[in-house]
Amino acid sequence: MKAAVVVFPGSNCDRDVKVALEQATSKPVHMVWHGEAELPKLDLIVLPGGFSYGDYLRSGAMAAHSPVMGTVVERAKQGVAVLGICNGFQILTEAGLLPGALLPNAGLKFICRDVHVRVEQSQTVFTNACEAGSVLRIPIAHHDGQYFADADVLDRLEGEGQVAFRYCQGPAAGPANPNGSARDIAGVFNAGRTVLGLMPHPERAVDPLHGGSDGRALFQSLVAALA
Amino acid sequence: MGLKARVHVYPKPGVLDPQGRAIGQALGHLGFTGVAEVRQGKLIELSLSETDPAKARAQADEMCRRLLANTVIENYAIEIVPQGGR
Repeated sequence: MKAAVVVFPGSNCDRDVKVALEQATSKPVHMVWHGEAELPKLDLIVLPGGFSYGDYLRSGAMAAHSPVMGTVVERAKQGVAVLGICNGFQILTEAGLLPGALLPNAGLKFICRDVHVRVEQSQTVFTNACEAGSVLRIPIAHHDGQYFADADVLDRLEGEGQVAFRYCQGPAAGPANPNGSARDIAGVFNAGRTVLGLMPHPERAVDPLHGGSDGRALFQSLVAALA
Repeated sequence: MGLKARVHVYPKPGVLDPQGRAIGQALGHLGFTGVAEVRQGKLIELSLSETDPAKARAQADEMCRRLLANTVIENYAIEIVPQGGR
């Protein structure tokens, strides 16, 4: 699997996700500066977490127009897998690759803690190592994580199997909603399920020393599907 | 002398605006009764070289659609005023 991580000014999880990918693939991961418009042939493009452009204007709004993003949009349309984590998710919605938007958390606080998310779809390049309905414990760290979309868009996402993850209280437990997200949504796919955006940080849960390694399932899924 | 475009960007009706709500609560604590709802947006001023008001508005509108506003969650309104105008 040839993977690249895009580095924007203000990205701060770029190296973490590189480590997580290299742990899963045992292959070097390319780091691409956002100002580069050319990309090598790739199987996976990752937009990492952080605070690109200081979250000025709106989270992800400036990064969505970085030179590299024209190429990312093009590759995504060709079916190349694109993963956006946290700020990467915000960038994907601002770039129009995923529906909806991320608003400030309903409680107006930055939330940094472990949450549980339920895997809604297992037949995807991102989640094939998970059972549908299984629960992962992964950290969130965001101020603007409230997923919003119009009711008809939400209905369509649910009907077409584009909801990737939902917040929940734990295995075999009820729903949860740390940030006010519509329908407890923590992550969504595009229509082809080749683009995933999620607020939780799987790359921060890939080693027992992180306090958990549930995030590995995502990277293992990608290797299984794309290697 | 060019024109100034004053762009107001504000959350759409139905979009939760927690900042507006917090401001409303603070106004209530200060004794300002009768404020039914507070919605917080932002004001962006653009000093343009364009001197034709219709063209200036068209430029600002394009800027809003492509960057200044996210029309999934925000509406916007544009005022065209003289440079240095209030």
